[in-house]
Amino acid sequence: MDLTPLDRALLAALAGGLPLSERPYADLGTPLGLDEATVLARLAALQEGGVIRRFGVVVRHRPLGFTANAMVVWDIPDALVAEAGRRLAEAPEVRLCYRRPRRPGRWPYSLFCMVHGRDRAMVTAQVAALARRLELDGYDHRILFSGRCFKQCGAHYGKAA
Amino acid sequence: MPPLDETDRRLLDDFQRGFPLTPRPYAVLGQRLGLAEDEVRRRLGRLHDAGIISRVGAVVRPHTAGCSTLAALAVPPADLERVAALVSAQPEVNHNYQRDHAFNLWFVICADSREAVGAVLERIADASGLEPLDLPLLEDFHIDLGFPLWT
Repeated sequence: MDLTPLDRALLAALAGGLPLSERPYADLGTPLGLDEATVLARLAALQEGGVIRRFGVVVRHRPLGFTANAMVVWDIPDALVAEAGRRLAEAPEVRLCYRRPRRPGRWPYSLFCMVHGRDRAMVTAQVAALARRLELDGYDHRILFSGRCFKQCGAHYGKAA
Repeated sequence: MPPLDETDRRLLDDFQRGFPLTPRPYAVLGQRLGLAEDEVRRRLGRLHDAGIISRVGAVVRPHTAGCSTLAALAVPPADLERVAALVSAQPEVNHNYQRDHAFNLWFVICADSREAVGAVLERIADASGLEPLDLPLLEDFHIDLGFPLWT
């Protein structure tokens, strides 16, 4: 779906979080000159159109003990990468799964997925089991655990942020 | 903050998707949890202040409302603090993590256009003296259903 300038403004306003007020959608719309009914209708349309993929409580995992945050990167032949990506994305332990470009000589990995857990040994074992189960263990892959978090916040699209 | 009770856990686990699009959504949550509306708002505020909730809001499909890339730098370890700070200082950077690899600093840049993303990469390259790895998304396989925390 195509986004109108108002949709963009609405998403930008929402990036800071829905107000914790009694009428949050009305309060979200006020600075944009939108009434509550319009805000609700546009948000429903954006969700229907797949622009908003998920609407709800966005939790930070680290404070809840999910400190083992693994980015798993795979070097899968180009002809097989889409199929591998679809199967990885369906695995319950996988959170995000993206194909990205290789950078020859600097970076050979083309498929990225995230696995979160409460400790590194557990996540390492989960990734090994996942690779075996999906028959991807023959391809070069690496687990990059996250260390320090220097910055994390919602995506701020548009000018309003 | 005090330890999370069962109600906090349900607030975190049960409403990661399908948040009510009705004029008083916190009253709807309250009905499901057996809580007063203002108690729902108070608890969400407390979980937010404690850093457990980032926000109540939307997770937007990549590249529908802007342009982004995942980038990485191979920073000499002694210089990591300085380079991480200059990366975080860019308003377009919204995640910035150390990871255990020669490419040890990973960050996401979101901006209005590919050109704007490129300009941020250039600023970071100039300021750090390092060449960023630029890995824009080519294909998205995931369907985000939230993340079960206690089940």
